[in-house]
Amino acid sequence: MKRHAHKHPGMLLLAAMLALASTTTRAAARDDLLAGYAAAAKTADPGFAGFSAVRGEAFHRQSFAGGKADTPACTSCHAKDPRTSGQTPAGKAIDPVALSASPGRYADPTKVEKWFKRNCQDVLGRQCTAQEKGDWLSFMISQ
Amino acid sequence: MTLPYRPISLGLLAIAFSALVFQRAQAGGSHYFPPVSDPVVKEECGSCHLAFPPSMLPASSWKRMMGELTNHFGDDASVDPASAQHITNYLVSNAGDTGGRSYSDKLLRGTSPSKAPLRITELERWVKEHREVPAWEWQHKEVRSKANCLACHAGAERGYYDD
Ligand code: HEC
Ligand code: HEC
Ligand code: HEC
Repeated sequence: MKRHAHKHPGMLLLAAMLALASTTTRAAARDDLLAGYAAAAKTADPGFAGFSAVRGEAFHRQSFAGGKADTPACTSCHAKDPRTSGQTPAGKAIDPVALSASPGRYADPTKVEKWFKRNCQDVLGRQCTAQEKGDWLSFMISQ
Repeated sequence: MTLPYRPISLGLLAIAFSALVFQRAQAGGSHYFPPVSDPVVKEECGSCHLAFPPSMLPASSWKRMMGELTNHFGDDASVDPASAQHITNYLVSNAGDTGGRSYSDKLLRGTSPSKAPLRITELERWVKEHREVPAWEWQHKEVRSKANCLACHAGAERGYYDD
């Protein structure tokens, strides 16, 4: 226990570099994900002019009639203020969905798609469009 | 020559620690149900609610549940086929009438595996243990659901249901 990693400058540097590397990889994965949604949004609507965090915020809070009665909005489970924790109908806490509060999020496209698929079905009774996904993500990344 | 000491002392530490856990498990009797240790099961079965310990239901229940994940208590909990196979194997081999038998003993008393019950909260024994919990408590904002074990059993994530 004497040779503790933290006391070794080389180790410290290595740790810092690894942390930085994983931060950049995550950011790149998020950029790729958004670029994919942007391409899909453009195909669906040639007039597509980019994502909007403001629209994403409105979408996050909007109540829909098409889904399950007990979960009409994203905010039925995620908090209105995305920097705070949410709660599932079964009572389990959900970590904040704002990127600033949960820096590990949105770097795993399979996970993101899995939950969009489930949650959009629950809330809207249909899949979300690429535009809606990109707007919502832009809001969360801006928070 | 300090190198060999580390693994040895770590090993000793691990043994001491597991002895401690074992003792607590023994003392707990019907209060301890080993929590899910598999990362895939934790990820796929632990987001909407606590990843329930496999020893709380018989193998037949887990097989039945895993066969109908697209309609899982009204939710779509489906996973890709490889993960589904992995999760099923884990749950079935640690179920209350297989690998987890020594923990489930009391909870599954009076439950017939052939019925393959889907809810822990409807097991005869579970209902009996909770009969004194008043209605308002189940409806409390922090509880919401009987399946929210963690609201009342603070040690549930570590497998303890005695407080
Ligand atoms: C019924 C409850 C519920 C509702 C309603 C809900 N979510 Fe979720 N959401 C969850 C849970 C549970 C998770 C997984 C837990 C976690 O990631 O912390 C999650 C995760 C996500 C993720 C993945 C996060 C990541 O880290 O990759 C996205 C994206 C998401 N939700 C979007 C939405 C959107 C958009 C809406 C509204 C249309 C919505 N959710 C409504 C429960 C819900
Ligand atoms: C998308 C959300 C979601 C996911 C993912 C999910 N569940 Fe569930 N599960 C639920 C809901 C909702 C209930 C009903 C809870 C209630 O009654 O409040 C439930 C209930 C249960 C129950 C019965 C609880 C009781 O009342 O005794 C078990 C057991 C269970 N789930 C196991 C699993 C397993 C195993 C997995 C992984 C393969 C899984 N769940 C994944 C949403 C989910
Ligand atoms: C509203 C609070 C509440 C919730 C939610 C709850 N329990 Fe309990 N549970 C209790 C109380 C109170 C007792 C009886 C007192 C005791 O023995 O600790 C108890 C007892 C138990 C026991 C028996 C422990 C013993 O002493 O033998 C088990 C096992 C148990 N609960 C499991 C669960 C599981 C699994 C869940 C979730 C599926 C759950 N409980 C949800 C309050 C709750």
